[in-house]
Amino acid sequence: MSDDTSVAGSLEAIYRQDSRKVLATLIRLLGDFERAEEGLADAFAVAATQWPRDGVPANPFAWLVSAGRFRAIDRLRRQARHDASLKDLAMQFEDEAAEPETLSDETIADDQLRLIFTCCHPALTPDAQIALTLREVCGLRTEDIAAAFLTSAPTIAQRIVRAKAKIRDECIPYETPDKNELPKRLEYVLRAIYLVFNEGYSASSGASVTRPDLSGEAIRLARLLSALLPDPEALGLLALMLLHEARRAARATATGEVILLEDQDRSQWDGRLIGEGDALVKRAFAMREVGSYTIQAAIAAEHACAASMAATNWAKIVNLYDLLMHADPSPVAELNRAAAVAERDGPEAGLLLIDAVLARGDLADYYPAHAARAELCRRLGRVEEARNAYGRALALARQKPVGDLLKRQIAELDPGPT
Amino acid sequence: MKYICLVYPDEEIFASMSEAEQGRLVNEALDSDEALRRSGNYVDANALELPESAVSVRVRDGKLSATDGPFAETKEHLSGYILIEARDLNEAIRLAGTIPMARLGTIEVRPVRDLERYEEGFAA
Repeated sequence: MSDDTSVAGSLEAIYRQDSRKVLATLIRLLGDFERAEEGLADAFAVAATQWPRDGVPANPFAWLVSAGRFRAIDRLRRQARHDASLKDLAMQFEDEAAEPETLSDETIADDQLRLIFTCCHPALTPDAQIALTLREVCGLRTEDIAAAFLTSAPTIAQRIVRAKAKIRDECIPYETPDKNELPKRLEYVLRAIYLVFNEGYSASSGASVTRPDLSGEAIRLARLLSALLPDPEALGLLALMLLHEARRAARATATGEVILLEDQDRSQWDGRLIGEGDALVKRAFAMREVGSYTIQAAIAAEHACAASMAATNWAKIVNLYDLLMHADPSPVAELNRAAAVAERDGPEAGLLLIDAVLARGDLADYYPAHAARAELCRRLGRVEEARNAYGRALALARQKPVGDLLKRQIAELDPGPT
Repeated sequence: MKYICLVYPDEEIFASMSEAEQGRLVNEALDSDEALRRSGNYVDANALELPESAVSVRVRDGKLSATDGPFAETKEHLSGYILIEARDLNEAIRLAGTIPMARLGTIEVRPVRDLERYEEGFAA
């Protein structure tokens, strides 16, 4: 007879640690999300009654997979009494279950990858990919996902229901894409993870600039992915997020006011995360051609490893932006390159480049472009231009702390001729 | 978390069923309760008598009034509820989908709210 509370405690720990892996394997064995979730819930329900009596099995993972599988077959048999069309499927599962499933570490890892790639399938919208991944891969509750995204739980719930229906109706295969397809499909997975991170790191709306729980989930996901599939861009994304995360504590005051890079207390940066991120960047660079996330991570590493703004290797950062413009050109990358050029060659040079981007109209509604322009105008003593650009940025900023910062910057400008 | 599954049958489908069909449906509903019990999700369930049996009660100015019939004159009426324990809203939705009446009407799933006693003077 085992101790009830310790068994309940280990069951809870096993749920947190293993339930997603059990689910990933059950989806493969049972060919369907809903059936697998039913099996998973059943397996833990059986465990909750049996384990306190018989003790925790030697291999809880294999036990749970097997229990979930057989309970699902039981259910199918019962349903087949009302719905004859399920008879064949029940028999097929019984036949398959007769051959014991060997759950090697490799099999388990493959199933987890299958789940990740299915949740981030390009047939699903990015919103659906994120909701599904957070619930099925990370094990977050619908209500928690909704709270993190400042959305209602029924909205997220519907998104998940529709995504699963789409996977079923369009017969999206439960598999890791083959070599040819992998790079393209991996992009979707990485983008979904990065969107989750950004929502947590730089919340798109609301009273607070950061929401650490989502960033933490994104980092956990990227760690899992890089362990399962050590692709350089997966490592690059993990590095990028760790290097951003390292600066979290220094990015805002206790009352939520934004602190710009040049004013941040670098002793507050997390050296352990920086070390890990920097090492990952080096590992990714050593692997093969580098991609956008790895280059962005390399830029973040340059910042994170510099002792001060002045001691930053701006020439190297500009070179990395050149590389980024080659690998993944975008107006935002161009804007950031312009800001780095301003540090390397002076504000005038940076302003010319920013004005060129703005003149094309690409970033007309992007507040950081106007804020960057304002800052360079201020440095050049062009106070009225700076005031106008800050005003434009303020009109576009959606986050309260950013708006407050811009207001402070406007107030600090020289009053100018009266 | 607890969720209540409110069962609203489609009256037309229901009225067109034979006694034997209705009986089979009841058996299915009882099987479904049993399945929820086995999976550890069952908290409570009850079927309700027809809306004609309802009395609507209210107290105004200290006077109690009781009126025949259900509170709202709508086409669909609550015919029962199943209170379940589920990990999250999507699990509650999955479980609601296993309720046989979901095929013959609509199940409204709503989270149960924990009421906390309001402390005077500590209003936020």
